[in-house]
Amino acid sequence: MTPLLSTSDVNIFYGEKQAVRGVNLEVQRGSVNALIGPSGCGKTTFLRAINRMHDLTPGARVTGQILLDGEDVYGPDVDPVTMRRRVGMVFQKPNPFPTMSVFDNVVSGLKLAGVRDSRRLMDVAERSLRGAALWEEVKDRLRMPATGLSGGQQQRLCIARALAVEPEILLMDEPTSALDPASTARIEDLMTDLKKVTTIIIVTHNMHQAARVSDTTSFFLNGDLVEHGVTDQLFTSPRDGRTEAYVTGRFG
Amino acid sequence: MSEPAHRPTTRAALSSGSDRVFQVLILALASVIVLVFVLSVYQLGREAWPALHTFGWHFFTGRTWNPVEGKFGAASMIAGTLVTSLAALVISVPLAVASALFVAEYAPKWLANPVGYLIELLAAVPSVVYGLWALFVIAPVLGRWQTAYFLDPANVPTLTRCNQLWAEGQTSLQCFFVPSGAGGRGLALAVIILTVMILPYTASVARDVIRLVPADQREAMYALGATKWEVISRAILPYARAGILGGVILALGRALGETLAVAMVIGDSQEILKSLWGNASTVASVIANQFGDAQETLHRSSVVALGLSLFALSVIVNFAARLIIARLTPKGLQ
Repeated sequence: MTPLLSTSDVNIFYGEKQAVRGVNLEVQRGSVNALIGPSGCGKTTFLRAINRMHDLTPGARVTGQILLDGEDVYGPDVDPVTMRRRVGMVFQKPNPFPTMSVFDNVVSGLKLAGVRDSRRLMDVAERSLRGAALWEEVKDRLRMPATGLSGGQQQRLCIARALAVEPEILLMDEPTSALDPASTARIEDLMTDLKKVTTIIIVTHNMHQAARVSDTTSFFLNGDLVEHGVTDQLFTSPRDGRTEAYVTGRFG
Repeated sequence: MSEPAHRPTTRAALSSGSDRVFQVLILALASVIVLVFVLSVYQLGREAWPALHTFGWHFFTGRTWNPVEGKFGAASMIAGTLVTSLAALVISVPLAVASALFVAEYAPKWLANPVGYLIELLAAVPSVVYGLWALFVIAPVLGRWQTAYFLDPANVPTLTRCNQLWAEGQTSLQCFFVPSGAGGRGLALAVIILTVMILPYTASVARDVIRLVPADQREAMYALGATKWEVISRAILPYARAGILGGVILALGRALGETLAVAMVIGDSQEILKSLWGNASTVASVIANQFGDAQETLHRSSVVALGLSLFALSVIVNFAARLIIARLTPKGLQ
């Protein structure tokens, strides 16, 4: 089976400084893939290259090739706006739009895509909120401000917002780092269900989280992809000495 | 204090003693501000009492302001204040928000900083300079246009009709936009000058709050597949709206109270407004133009009552603004 995402020789620069070096990675459909590594290792930088967020940072530059479902993400004819609609993103801190209701948050991506039919919006909102395991908690307050929800609920709302546009791939940048353990556990459970509808790449600084939720894991260090493999194998019998040192807690 | 065990107590007593002195000092200084406010209201109220007592509500609703006959009704200048201020706001707010967006979102850094600085500099120009600029630069331009309008034979029927209406003390929507004099001075000039004067207040506040919109709000919208304009209109401006409104209120306060520049250009007529281009007056401009000549008790008291009204208007505007801003401020983000 061809991978959903494949990258070859991806380099990322901030000005003169190189943050990611020559990354080759393949991600299969319907899997959860964890990017781990110490702070500043380039895992988040790499994640943000997949939906072209670096286009927004002056001085940032991406070279190499990233193919999403066979299409070059950085191809000359590719509009980054259109490309981002195919990729969902969840951020470190919950960031619902504070002036919008729960409902308007969920459907904001659809509205950007020009969907106006209120029945369709409602259907998608319910499906997405169910997908994010939030429907039962918010179904009676869809018109209330999104900021009335708890932190964990806000993050699941952000997941629902990303799911609403049916992304081919969902990028999660340390999605539980601002949440309490109970909310973290709910989102980890959720990821197993989300595999049925999309493919997930999650950046995490928490190795246990990576071990719990992911099928494959990539270990980054100083901008290099040191090792990539099936999660169980990477944690129990790493091929690279640096990976072993990191997963056994000797640094990081 | 021979026993060491007592030392902490002593030190605590000492520091709490100096704390108390500081507390009293701060309280006294804060009270001065409250006292000044209360005294101003009291003094204004006392001086304004003869006028308010004589005319009652008619002081605010009466259209005649005639010091010779001793009749004082402030309706036309209250209208003048509200019309000039609101018109200036309507014109300046879009300009200010646009300039703030340009500086904060579009301009490259080497251009953004100088432009932002120049806009702020507009706030540092003294009123009298604006007044002179309006009189010597803008008024002649308006005057030439007005003269041309009068000399154009095609406008004669309209002018005749409007002159008739104006003579009866009335106006119509069309006649409101027909020039009534050729001097360039008047309400429109005051609006133009106020627009420029209040622009920097809204612009600099809007620029600051737009810059303060968290990066993850912008990125959330970009990641959903938004264009730059959609990010601005759906994420940045809604998030920043309360702060921008704060700048608008600041500008409104400035416009309501602006005295010298307006007094120089508005033409100082207490007649009811008949044309946008006609002479008019605002509460503040009448105070400036008449306070020195107001020797007679009732006249003087009426001018002070104008000051009291302006004061009350400012308090109401600020209070309403606080309520609106509190409602619009994003709350509950983690």
